[in-house]
Amino acid sequence: MIKVANLNKSFAKNHVLRDISTQVAKGEVVVVIGPSGSGKSTFLRCLNLLETPDSGSILFDGQEITAPKTDVNAIRTRMGMVFQQFNLFPHMTVRENIIVSPIHVKKMSKTDARRKADELLQMVGLSDKADAYPSSLSGGQKQRIAIARALAMEPEVMLFDEPTSALDPEMVCEVLAVMQDLAKNGMTMVVVTHEMGFAREVGDRILFMDEGRILEEGTPEAVFNNPQNPRTIDFLSKVL
Amino acid sequence: MKLNFSFVADYLPKFISGLKLTIVLSVWAVIGATLIGILVYWMRTSRFSILKVRPLWVVSTIFIEVMRGTPVLLQILIAFSGFKMMFGWDLSAANAVVLAITLNSSVYVSEIIRAGIQAVDPGQEEAAHCLGMTRMQSMRLVIMPQAIKNILPALGNEFVSIIKGSSMAYVLGVGELTYSAKVVQGATYLSLEPLMVSALFYLVLTFTLGRMVSFAERRMKTCD
Repeated sequence: MIKVANLNKSFAKNHVLRDISTQVAKGEVVVVIGPSGSGKSTFLRCLNLLETPDSGSILFDGQEITAPKTDVNAIRTRMGMVFQQFNLFPHMTVRENIIVSPIHVKKMSKTDARRKADELLQMVGLSDKADAYPSSLSGGQKQRIAIARALAMEPEVMLFDEPTSALDPEMVCEVLAVMQDLAKNGMTMVVVTHEMGFAREVGDRILFMDEGRILEEGTPEAVFNNPQNPRTIDFLSKVL
Repeated sequence: MKLNFSFVADYLPKFISGLKLTIVLSVWAVIGATLIGILVYWMRTSRFSILKVRPLWVVSTIFIEVMRGTPVLLQILIAFSGFKMMFGWDLSAANAVVLAITLNSSVYVSEIIRAGIQAVDPGQEEAAHCLGMTRMQSMRLVIMPQAIKNILPALGNEFVSIIKGSSMAYVLGVGELTYSAKVVQGATYLSLEPLMVSALFYLVLTFTLGRMVSFAERRMKTCD
């Protein structure tokens, strides 16, 4: 579904991504792990063109999305993104956060958008918060709303950029549970995370990145139980 | 030192008419400055370019430098004498003052708008884009509703400085509050007291406005 080939990205003199190549199949859950500054987030942000790659290609459903003529907005409606910092719109209620894009971008009718929002709120277990403002929610609740908001656009892929890193420990679970449900229902997902338990349990494939390269790639069993690269071994010995 | 304020009762209408004109000049100037400030901001951030030069950016940057780098008093005098020579219309003294203060203040308003928009967390725009919104949609639906909370209070403060700046209209003989003081000075042979009365009127005006701004500021904070 997503095929990345020889992706390179630099910020000034800092070469963040070096020749990244990989692919994500439909329905697959790919978890990207690695130390801070390894380029995981940049890689994820390149996938929906929040960062423009310097070179390389990204094929999404057979379409080259780094081509200059690409309708970036149209591509983005097909990829949901969840941020570490939630980025809910603080001036809108929870429901408005969820329906704003379906209404304005997808031209969905208000009634349909609201019905969809109610379904999603029920799915993330926050039906009672529909009319609340984000500032009154806990971190875990905010992130679940952010997931619902992304899902409202009915994306084909969900990208998660360290979705639990800004949360209090006791709220991590509720967010991971929602993500696990999504994975179970066959959503294609790319998740950057430090939650090794989640990676092992939910991931179909693990990518270990360091210094802008994918150093190891394989099933959770292979990567966690039998890592090959010395950097992977070192990293896992510190986090597990 | 002995101060004599017995003239106030007789000359109050003079001060009141001056006050009215000061308010009228300032209101027009603040409206004009906001509209032109938006235009200047838009020009400054436009990406439109011909042969790698952004003409709108160049024009607005020159405009900003000139307006910021020359005295307002001079700008008022230039507006008054220059307008007729350049466009052939006769501009009344009051209109010349409004024009000069509008143009001068628009530069600061454009800066207020820029700062207000920049203060919105960049994550907001990213989130908007990730949901497929165009630049215009994210501006209208996500960025501006938040930026306006930063912009409005600062705009109120700009209004205060416009009110004070409008006192320079007196050099063209526009009958606003400072000019009233000069007239009363001439009529009563009192040098200090009429000035103090005018100053008090300005103070009441700016103080009230300042309170209104901070009230609005507090109101806006509560609705996030």
